[in-house]
Amino acid sequence: MAAEESYPEDLKYHPEHDWARIEGDEATFGITWYAQDALGEIVFFEPPDVGATVTKDQAYTEVESVKAVSDVYAPLSGEVTAVNDKVADSPELINEDPYGEGWLAKVRLSDTSQADGLLDVAAYRELLSDD
Amino acid sequence: MSRYTSATDADRAAMLEAIGVSSIDDLFQTIPDGLRLDRDLELPDGLSESECFDHLASLAERNAHADAEACFIGAGMYDHYVPAIVDAITQRSEFLTPYTPYQPEVSQGGLQVMFEFQTAISELTGLPVANASLYEGPSSVASAAYLAIGATKGRRRLVVSRGVHPHSRETLETYARGFGAKVVEVGLRDGVTDPSEFENYVDQDVAAIFIQSPNFLGGIEDMEALSAAAQESGALAVASVDPISLSVLRPPGDCGVDVAVGEGQPLGNRLDYGGPSFGFFAATEENMRRMPGRIAGETTDADGRRGFVLALQTREQHIRREKATHNICTAQALNALAGVVYLTWLGKQGFVELGELLARRTAYAKERLTAIEGVELLHEAPVFREFAVSLPAPVEDVLDRVSEEGIAAGYPLAREYPEHKDGLLVALTERRSREDIDRLADALERAIQAGSGEFGQPVWTKSTEAAGAEAKA
Amino acid sequence: MTETLPTRPPTNADTPTAQQRDAVTTIYEKSVEGRRAATLPPTDVPERSLDDLIPSNLLRSQPAQLPEVSEPEIVRHYNRISRRNFDLDTGPYPLGSCTMKHNPRLNERVAALPGHARLHPAQSPKRAQGALDLMWRLERALAEITGLEHVSLQPSAGSHGELSGLLLTRAYHADRGEERPKVLTPDTSHGTNPATVTMAGYEVVKVATDERGGVDVDDLREKVGDDVACLMLTNPNTLGVFDENIAEVASLVHGCGATLYYDGANLNAIMGRSRPGDMGFDIVHVNLHKSFSQPHGGGGPGAGPIAVSGRIEPYLPAPRIVRAEGSNGAAPSFDLSYDHPESIGRLRGFQGNFGVFVRSYAYIRSLGGDGLRDASEIAVLNANYLLARLRAGRPGKHLPVAFDRLPMHEFVLSGAPARRELGVKTLDVAKRLLDYGFHPPTIYFPLLVDEALMVEPTETETRESLDQLADAFESILAEAEEDPRILLEAPYTTPVRRLDEAAASRRPVIRQANF
Repeated sequence: MAAEESYPEDLKYHPEHDWARIEGDEATFGITWYAQDALGEIVFFEPPDVGATVTKDQAYTEVESVKAVSDVYAPLSGEVTAVNDKVADSPELINEDPYGEGWLAKVRLSDTSQADGLLDVAAYRELLSDD
Repeated sequence: MSRYTSATDADRAAMLEAIGVSSIDDLFQTIPDGLRLDRDLELPDGLSESECFDHLASLAERNAHADAEACFIGAGMYDHYVPAIVDAITQRSEFLTPYTPYQPEVSQGGLQVMFEFQTAISELTGLPVANASLYEGPSSVASAAYLAIGATKGRRRLVVSRGVHPHSRETLETYARGFGAKVVEVGLRDGVTDPSEFENYVDQDVAAIFIQSPNFLGGIEDMEALSAAAQESGALAVASVDPISLSVLRPPGDCGVDVAVGEGQPLGNRLDYGGPSFGFFAATEENMRRMPGRIAGETTDADGRRGFVLALQTREQHIRREKATHNICTAQALNALAGVVYLTWLGKQGFVELGELLARRTAYAKERLTAIEGVELLHEAPVFREFAVSLPAPVEDVLDRVSEEGIAAGYPLAREYPEHKDGLLVALTERRSREDIDRLADALERAIQAGSGEFGQPVWTKSTEAAGAEAKA
Repeated sequence: MTETLPTRPPTNADTPTAQQRDAVTTIYEKSVEGRRAATLPPTDVPERSLDDLIPSNLLRSQPAQLPEVSEPEIVRHYNRISRRNFDLDTGPYPLGSCTMKHNPRLNERVAALPGHARLHPAQSPKRAQGALDLMWRLERALAEITGLEHVSLQPSAGSHGELSGLLLTRAYHADRGEERPKVLTPDTSHGTNPATVTMAGYEVVKVATDERGGVDVDDLREKVGDDVACLMLTNPNTLGVFDENIAEVASLVHGCGATLYYDGANLNAIMGRSRPGDMGFDIVHVNLHKSFSQPHGGGGPGAGPIAVSGRIEPYLPAPRIVRAEGSNGAAPSFDLSYDHPESIGRLRGFQGNFGVFVRSYAYIRSLGGDGLRDASEIAVLNANYLLARLRAGRPGKHLPVAFDRLPMHEFVLSGAPARRELGVKTLDVAKRLLDYGFHPPTIYFPLLVDEALMVEPTETETRESLDQLADAFESILAEAEEDPRILLEAPYTTPVRRLDEAAASRRPVIRQANF
């Protein structure tokens, strides 16, 4: 049961269809509605280790549906402080609530200025309409 | 017109017209001039069905098969009786002719067979996760190495016991050169893997250890002790096992083994000069997503009906491509079907009875053969259905003579175990009766006496003379 | 186009079929304590206790839980579930890339001859002359068909052949002291190609496909270099199109010192018409379960023998079959030869899937050279005829061919217009085809084509069955125009309907739990 298409205003977006919710020097990461829709029903997510380093524009984990595997890219660099174990157990949460219950990892940012390089919702929507 | 096609001249003409070309040659015009074969294939002309049958039969006649010679050869493939229902079931069109179950709605038969097979392998090995087959035994050992290398992230050494089948060790070496791992061999002592030598080799750079039980020389290994030693340094323990032995021997899953593989031929498959058969592959839960090969899983359909599908396909090459857990596509589904039908035919009780019968016949055969003067066991380790002896006469000559009496006495060890150049591996199945064993013993005795020059009979080849001289020296 | 469309199968599942009503039980669930099928020979040797023979710490404490059922129950169980399969003997199976041609029953009969079926692989070669002779002859036949002299029958399947090919390449370059980490594969390649590349320790580099469906030669020219070990191709390719630039491709690859590998999956298009050896390929694998009629068995067994050029020959797997002329008019004799120091070694136990060799050899001897050539011609004729039918009417509109070039034995359609115009995906068309009594073509491959449908009828389909298949497509698309839901919820008449694959992969149940 996937969510309705939406792209929240308060998030920043990465061209590889990942989002970041930034709160000071911490951020929460996830994948966008477009990404979960393209994948189909998600069946498996293996969270990164807490304490692992993630690097902007590099894949930090994978998400699997029945017929596809997709890299998940870090919109920003930092250190993983928490992972969503609930999603690891019930990956379908990513389809149902990609921006809420379906969050993937929380990160302490190493360089908050990197956020300037991300897309706002209007720019991301424009990217999608080009696709 | 060749057989199996139907296109008459009228069919061809009508089809060419519909396509809009004037001849079949036009359909091949995209082949550049220089690449068109401008002659016939140099192959014999096609044969009618009866002629083809006769030709294949004449080739078959030149093979000393297990009905012509009582077969005591083992070495991983055994002359077990394949019950008639296996043929009846595997020859059904519905099992013989479909493809891999990519459209599950019309492949429930095949998928259910896979599920039942996986269950059977899991039961035999004592490990919860099993796939729907790989090609055969030795390449399954190599596939286990590939899993271990992925699982241990960067470890590059593989420690293998000399008791593992020579074909498995060789195949492992071949594959390892591809994925950049080094294979190190540990010797045998008293017929089983030398535990102290083993411990010396196992360290932080070892991705997996490989043992076989019963091993190639028939000895039953202590899988538990060897696995524990491996896992202490974070290596995976891989055991290659004779599936028939799992009727009475402790299964690898109970011994702490991480991955169990083996040659499935003894389960309901013909000898077929070595193939096709199947390899089985079972592992602990945590290795499930690294497993190679097809795996069937249970689910429900849109109306709530129970059904089966290919599960965990994202491991496989058609989805994960260069990051797949393995490159396998076509496996051995029909042979696995034969395997599960066979195990079902034996049943819980029959399987145990078979194991007991084999152990007892083997004990009897050991006694009869070692009673022959000059014949000695290579080791005293406990065995199940196969054992190794050394002969006091050149093994190849003995085999030739014994074959004249309608017996294939066993597998000569010299090529792969030069330290046992007079060694012979003798295997038992339920088809080798006491009478067969007695005949074998008598024939061996005669052959040995003829070859050892005991009665002053000079012999046949230089090698036999040398051996005779050696025996006397 | 035929005048009348086929009768439409049901468009709902309101009346379950007999098979749909049949509740699934596994053989384990049929188990009843005390039942059995097998009887074993009596114990004619001393009945010693197992504990006397084998230390108890090596013995099982509990028997393996196998079912307890009688023979009639076993037969009935497997017969019932067999009917839940669609199979090639029953209807057309136009799976692209799989070559689902008829499996002749003669081949089963000869494979079952005791001389073949009951022969132990370690029987002395002296007493297995028939087997070695057959393997030799099969090698020679494959050499002639592929145009490459040196053959090994060892690999057990196409992907096994691919792995051998890359290991041969590795050995070849290692012998020359060259380090080449990369292997090129087209973006249209079968998944086994890149998977094999990784298993063989190489890095995958993709080569683009040009707008005519062949290898993009400019892209290839940029990517070849002395760090490239091999280019893996099939020709015709997975779009069914013969690559007209193959000579230039071969020249570029050889020019940088790499090997050229042929995936034999599409050999059925060109037998007797063209040979990969002549195209410049160094290493070829042949799928005996594709072009050479070995039954697919629901997923194997098969075999993937390889044929190689002279420069690769020293590295071929061992043992090899050798033939010695007979002296004084005696018949030639055959042996297994192990002494090949440069060989890459073994890829598996014993000599390979001999039972498959028997069947394919019988097929080759049945058809002869002319027959094989004819098989390819009809395969190509059938594919082009079916395509001509599908270019007309609704299929032509909604499922157009992906690359407008003359295909050979298979072609690829794109369902992107159908999705756009009718709201149905290739998956939905495929599911509805099941109701019409056909196995669908291969779907979603090659990846290059959006909503791909890869169709390979093979030469053993009749003209009538091709017409019926085309008519079914026409009818299905008409249904989609009327009401897409008919396709979206199909199939209705198969033993089960669409299955929840996500659940199966999320929380896998891959063995019977309690019994």
